[in-house]
Amino acid sequence: MAGKTLYDKLWDSHIASQRDDGSVLLYIDRHIVHEVTSPQAFEGLRIAGRKPWRAETVIATPDHNVPTTTKERLSGVEGIEDPVSQIQVKTLDSNCDELGITEFKINDPRQGIVHVVGPETGACLPGMTIVCGDSHTSTNGAMGALAMGIGTSEVEHVLATQCLISKKMKNMLVKVDGDLGKGVTPKDVVLAVIGKIGTAGGTGYAIEFGGSTFRNMSMEGRLTVCNMAIEAGARAGMVAVDDITLEYVKGRTFAPKGEHWDLAEKAWRNLVSDDDAVFDKVIEINAEDIEPQVTWGTSPEMVLPVHGNVPDPLAENDSSKKAAIERALQYMGLNAGQSIKDIKLDRVFIGSCTNSRIEDLRAAAAVVKGKKKADSVREAIVVPGSGAVKVQAEKEGLHEIFTAAGMEWREPGCSMCLAMNADKLEQGEHCASTSNRNFEGRQGFGGRTHLVSPAMAAAAAIAGHFVDVREF
Amino acid sequence: MKSFTTHSGIVGPMDRVNVDTDLIIPKQFLKSIQRSGFGPNLFDELRYLDKGEPGKPNEGRPLNPEFPLNFPRYQNTSVLLARDNFGCGSSREHAPWALDEFGIRSIIAPSFADIFYNNCFKNGILPIVLSAEDVDTLFKEMYDNEGYQLTIDLPEQTITAPSGKVYMFEVDAFRKHCLLNGLDDIELTLQEADSIKAFEEKHKNAAPWLFAS
Ligand code: SF4
Repeated sequence: MAGKTLYDKLWDSHIASQRDDGSVLLYIDRHIVHEVTSPQAFEGLRIAGRKPWRAETVIATPDHNVPTTTKERLSGVEGIEDPVSQIQVKTLDSNCDELGITEFKINDPRQGIVHVVGPETGACLPGMTIVCGDSHTSTNGAMGALAMGIGTSEVEHVLATQCLISKKMKNMLVKVDGDLGKGVTPKDVVLAVIGKIGTAGGTGYAIEFGGSTFRNMSMEGRLTVCNMAIEAGARAGMVAVDDITLEYVKGRTFAPKGEHWDLAEKAWRNLVSDDDAVFDKVIEINAEDIEPQVTWGTSPEMVLPVHGNVPDPLAENDSSKKAAIERALQYMGLNAGQSIKDIKLDRVFIGSCTNSRIEDLRAAAAVVKGKKKADSVREAIVVPGSGAVKVQAEKEGLHEIFTAAGMEWREPGCSMCLAMNADKLEQGEHCASTSNRNFEGRQGFGGRTHLVSPAMAAAAAIAGHFVDVREF
Repeated sequence: MKSFTTHSGIVGPMDRVNVDTDLIIPKQFLKSIQRSGFGPNLFDELRYLDKGEPGKPNEGRPLNPEFPLNFPRYQNTSVLLARDNFGCGSSREHAPWALDEFGIRSIIAPSFADIFYNNCFKNGILPIVLSAEDVDTLFKEMYDNEGYQLTIDLPEQTITAPSGKVYMFEVDAFRKHCLLNGLDDIELTLQEADSIKAFEEKHKNAAPWLFAS
């Protein structure tokens, strides 16, 4: 019999019940909750007179709706100016208080974007099954965990039963080997992967990111890569456990201690795909071929190396692809064949659950240090992913580097990643963004998003247009 | 969850293709924190002449006199007759929540969007697929006869028209079972509570750190 993949192992060790129709009850170890997708689930529980199965496995924090200006944040929940956002945050607070769920409230120093908070507090650990009513839950797979986004009905189901009704996905290995060039980051790797397999390439699969490039990558980089597995169509992405994982986890607030740590470490060492494991699909990429990436269109797969030129629909033979290119160019206000480097930016956003960890901010700060934001860039905001990231960055003086360069230093939250709070693009504005989705209207009605790494976004803020950070 | 066995009720029309979830319940209501209260805003843009907002009272809003479900003859509609690709668009469950609260127990159409179709079952609504010709016939009979009613029998998988004509329909056996017994996913899973607890014990032995508080 062939060996098991990492996904097989995580799956097999969490089957609480196997059903006749091929589905299973998958036992969930950690459930993370935010304010937008949870209120109806809590209400559903109440209506049915049910209680959470294991409230202690649930951790909550508001992130989508929280304002990021210090002024609005000073007065806590009451300071949220948008009344509807305020109600959503208050509802999360009261649901958590009522049910005894641990919540990092708006001005708790541990508050932040769910997918940043989970790993950094040790709430999300190797070997766990992790769910959250949010598609970017895949981020947590970087810990060597099975982490998936779920819908509101499923949030309620997991709260009530500790299980998710689930069918097994297929196994895909994305193998990247070799050393990344200077200035090439994990974000560029995952964008290049999506460019290669497309946004539906991973549909129906759980992706394991393997190969020497990921082995040599920091945990924060792995989190960035797994974050965007969903943009490749895969509900889950993951990286095998190694020394880097264990070092990252050790000592975190919710990480096992003492005797439990020893037991856990032993178990976690086994969280790798067996040598003879068989994957349904394997994609191979050479790390040396990857250059800094920039998306030009309205889907993450519309991505090119920074030296590229925007495609010309006339050169495309497939009529539906041709139409998609035409539509994207029109929405993005770009000309066929124009150089990526000629795209001028109105705003720069450094943040989101993809790229708002301390390493991301360090990389951006290293680029802007001693320089000034271009006058043509209306606004450049830096939004740390969590209170802990913010404290660390301030300790290192990164915030001063940003503000000296004319950029704004904000409070933690999702911010301009999805524009549910006040941070939004205006119609027609181009934004260099370190987030994960460049869909039409994602960052504000009519806004034009270009996805890039933190270093590339920082360089664009200084130059006013895209530049190759390696030549910067 | 509500169970569904047999149901007889007034048939009302939603006579257009590709009715999307935004048309069923407009975007602005998704910022709500409740799963109830959507009924009065079902088909809001078609039903009223002004724009609906969350929190705005619906009593006294000007009704669109041209929208069929506002006609006296279609009051108390509980069976919605619809066209191809009903329920396309987003995956949010606000759409079936709104239909349910409005009083719709079953929707008959030539085809449904996938996720919406699933979400109906989760919320006690029976979506029925009939051929385009049969749906056409039902539309004609409904328009010609005020107070037109259909009788839907889930155990027999039949729809009986006033003429006595019987239409057979298909439904997945597991979903039928859940709907007949009013079982929601959660209730079904809780029937396996012993398996979950047994697993939990095993899991605790294998990974005690996950159970340390
Ligand atoms: S940062 Fe963006 S992608 Fe991440 S959880 Fe928030 S809204 Fe979603």
